[in-house]
Amino acid sequence: MVEALAPVLEPAQTPAFRLFRNTPRRRPTPDRYRLSHLRQLEAESIHIIREVASEFERPVMLYSVGKDSSVLVRLAQKAFYPGKVPFPLLHVDTSYKFHEMYEFRDKFTRENDLDLIVHSNREALADNANPFDLGTAACCGQLKTRALLDGLAAGNYDAAFGGARRDEEKSRAKERIFSFRDQFGQWDPKNQRPELWNLFNGRIKKGESIRVFPLSNWTELDIWQYIYLERIPIVPLYFAREREVIDTGGTLIPTERFPFPERLAGRAKRIKCRFRSLGCSPCTGAIPSEATNVAEIIAEMLEVRTSERANRVIDHDSDDAMERKKREGYF
Amino acid sequence: MTIDTFLREQETQELLRFSTAGSVDDGKSTLIGRLLHDSQSLCEDHLAALEARKPNDRDQLDWALLTDGLKAEREQGITIDVAYRFFATPRRKFIIADTPGHEQYTRNMATGASTADLSIVLIDARHGVRTQSKRHAFIAALLQTPHLVVAVNKMDLVDFDRAVYERIRADFDRFTDQLGIARPKYVPISALRGDNVVQKSEATPWYEGGSLLEILESVPVTGSRNLEDLRFPVQYVSRPHADFRGYSGQIVSGVLRKGDELEVQPSRRRSRVTSIVTYDGELEEAFAPMSVTVTLADELDISRGAVLFHPSHAPQAERHLEAMVVWMDETPLRPNGAYLLKHTSQTTRVVVDDLIYKVDVNRVETTTGENLQLNEIGRLRLTTFKPLFFDAYQSNRATGSFILIDEQTNLTVAAGMIAEPEATTRESREASAADGERHVSETDRARRLGQRPLTLWLTGPVAAGQPALARRIERALFDRGALPLVLQSTTERPVSSGRLAADATLLNSAGLIAICATDLRQATDANLTRDRIGRHRLIEIVLEAPIEWCAKRDREGQYQRAAEDADFPLPGVNGPLEPPAHPDLRLPMNELTEQQALDRILAFLDGRGLIPKALSADSREATP
Repeated sequence: MVEALAPVLEPAQTPAFRLFRNTPRRRPTPDRYRLSHLRQLEAESIHIIREVASEFERPVMLYSVGKDSSVLVRLAQKAFYPGKVPFPLLHVDTSYKFHEMYEFRDKFTRENDLDLIVHSNREALADNANPFDLGTAACCGQLKTRALLDGLAAGNYDAAFGGARRDEEKSRAKERIFSFRDQFGQWDPKNQRPELWNLFNGRIKKGESIRVFPLSNWTELDIWQYIYLERIPIVPLYFAREREVIDTGGTLIPTERFPFPERLAGRAKRIKCRFRSLGCSPCTGAIPSEATNVAEIIAEMLEVRTSERANRVIDHDSDDAMERKKREGYF
Repeated sequence: MTIDTFLREQETQELLRFSTAGSVDDGKSTLIGRLLHDSQSLCEDHLAALEARKPNDRDQLDWALLTDGLKAEREQGITIDVAYRFFATPRRKFIIADTPGHEQYTRNMATGASTADLSIVLIDARHGVRTQSKRHAFIAALLQTPHLVVAVNKMDLVDFDRAVYERIRADFDRFTDQLGIARPKYVPISALRGDNVVQKSEATPWYEGGSLLEILESVPVTGSRNLEDLRFPVQYVSRPHADFRGYSGQIVSGVLRKGDELEVQPSRRRSRVTSIVTYDGELEEAFAPMSVTVTLADELDISRGAVLFHPSHAPQAERHLEAMVVWMDETPLRPNGAYLLKHTSQTTRVVVDDLIYKVDVNRVETTTGENLQLNEIGRLRLTTFKPLFFDAYQSNRATGSFILIDEQTNLTVAAGMIAEPEATTRESREASAADGERHVSETDRARRLGQRPLTLWLTGPVAAGQPALARRIERALFDRGALPLVLQSTTERPVSSGRLAADATLLNSAGLIAICATDLRQATDANLTRDRIGRHRLIEIVLEAPIEWCAKRDREGQYQRAAEDADFPLPGVNGPLEPPAHPDLRLPMNELTEQQALDRILAFLDGRGLIPKALSADSREATP
């Protein structure tokens, strides 16, 4: 009764404009209802993965064998536990990956009961496509972008998960979590769908598709902390040991898959190093490092502040290299 | 510090999302660059790239190069899309939604604010509070961003003059008061020099607050989280084998415990939580914003789009709703058009019944209009094809928000925030309450009283005959068996229209018919009266008559006084006469007798079926 009379008893209020009423005051949150930032990111990523599994006919998860892929797979397992991950993994294989990546990929997918599909641009490989003769841009265009688009088309996939993060590179900072691609797989940065709250618009027409980035809001440090906390297996290339490399002025390129041994001309050296991100062996630089486990990598990261893509040769082609590749359909 | 201590610290590190908005030259990119730089979140190669492009004529790094991501933006020199950036301090991890301040990109500001815990509005100290800054604050308020911080930038260019800062602060306080939102925090900064951004500056000894970063590190993050009302929208039904049926989703608000009794919409069935399943083991208790899988004791028909909640805290279940909407597409809103509405995990068709009003963000006023264009904001009445299970946006961001999608283009065309029309709220809360603990509903009252609650709002120039007509209506309705009551503002006992509306709402809640006799002396925004009473209950009647005609009938001498005293406010004499633009009924009082005026009102009510059939004149005659 008292409550019902409140509007009458209160002094009349006629402010000029009362569109807003103050948000209800909430009781302070007890400590046990706080969620650390990693658990919050985890919950949001799981939400995104489930949205895609529910709204799309044929989703696929792009699997690059790298650490972000390992985290992405773990999040997918969490999203559907106790069920199986309800979509396959697609590995776009340039054939230039490190041996350890292939070993890890096959063991990891087998042990985790994951469906793995491998797709390569066989025509280009038959023509001996390689970064040394074609240049990195053309080589990536054929062995990565083309192969990816063909692989997606071959599987008739309407949604593809990727492990990209917004902190990686400038043009990624504006990428949506659900990123629309036309029937040619192209991205139009000036015409992206607005993305509010956690409401994702996954509506597409036949032939169009969506790239989905559940790790959008994670940083490199978050990824490593999560790997540490969750004990997620990663390719041993991330850990430092002595490797045979060529020092190309700051970037250490491994000789492992270098196809023209005669061009090395005695420049190879053995240096204790590790990889911060994994791409194709001829185009991925290593950094000198002593970090042999995840905790040491995190410790090293806190001291060395160099962004992780700096050792990827392909990004430096031109200032807007990544934006151009993304427009064309690269992840 | 060992790595273990570091990781332990990180375990308690909270996440704060904030958005930044400023006009093109307010120095937003510089501020973000400065925050990233001074908190040492910039990578060395990024810094090196900046150094390499340092403009020759200045010592300072060009921070905008760092944050303007896309080629088109670098060419135009303005940021045109929301960009997300990240940095961390030992206390918190931050996600910045960096939104463009350029006039045509309201939609991006709304996007950034939708997930933000805090919004920073940048003001150039040299220019003071400009329209753009107000617009930014307005959008932050519309999206209910819990905290607002005003950074008065370029203080170095006004010699760190305290008076400049205080003037801006007073101006902006006046504006937020006008909006009816809490007053913001203010901080005087120079993003270029770094004053009060990370470190407190010696240039502003008169400023007592903390640096911007200290504010960002200390505002409560979880204060805005709703832990009272459990809402668990089902995203995905998990059936890995015949023995397991789980419902997966993210808890968007509230706390969920094993053993809890939950109710499901749309089926209205109930069951108990048998387990809360996660990859990391079963939980006794889960809370927002965790993503979990729930199993129930009974086999209920639950699919994607259903929502689970505690029976005592039910969401509204309605097909009719009103919402504030930000239009985000080049193609304007089609009045009476159909769209897809996505709300939590549910998508349904929706028809736009009415554009109730538009909001002029620059003047903070409501206006009327035929449609909504890109970046315009308005209040819509919508009817969905399936019932929505929602809460008002102000009490629950997750269940009070939706997007509209154009079915032809598949584009996201609008973002909506569901309003709480007080009248319908109570009704549907009661309707969804359990039978055993059922409150008296509006329907119950209507059945008992034999009438539907209604407010007749009579207004017009002073002395156009409102009180007399109100009494006649009251008598006529009473004689038909209804229970009406006149609420009146008189010269001796003036009552504001806000108060009248509040009283009328109360009478309506009790099931009664309110007849409000008022006049145009009080400038009032009719839209607000409508919102308060609820449009489906409000009948607006304007009594029209020439001022001379009213003056002759004015027994209280108001017109006499106004003629003698130019400061005595009286609409039509010393001030404008502004009747509601779209009343339900207009009555030319100088051409009608009181009886004729009354008959027109009764005919209108009968015609709309607003007076229950059993009480209308015809059916009374038919009853023996």
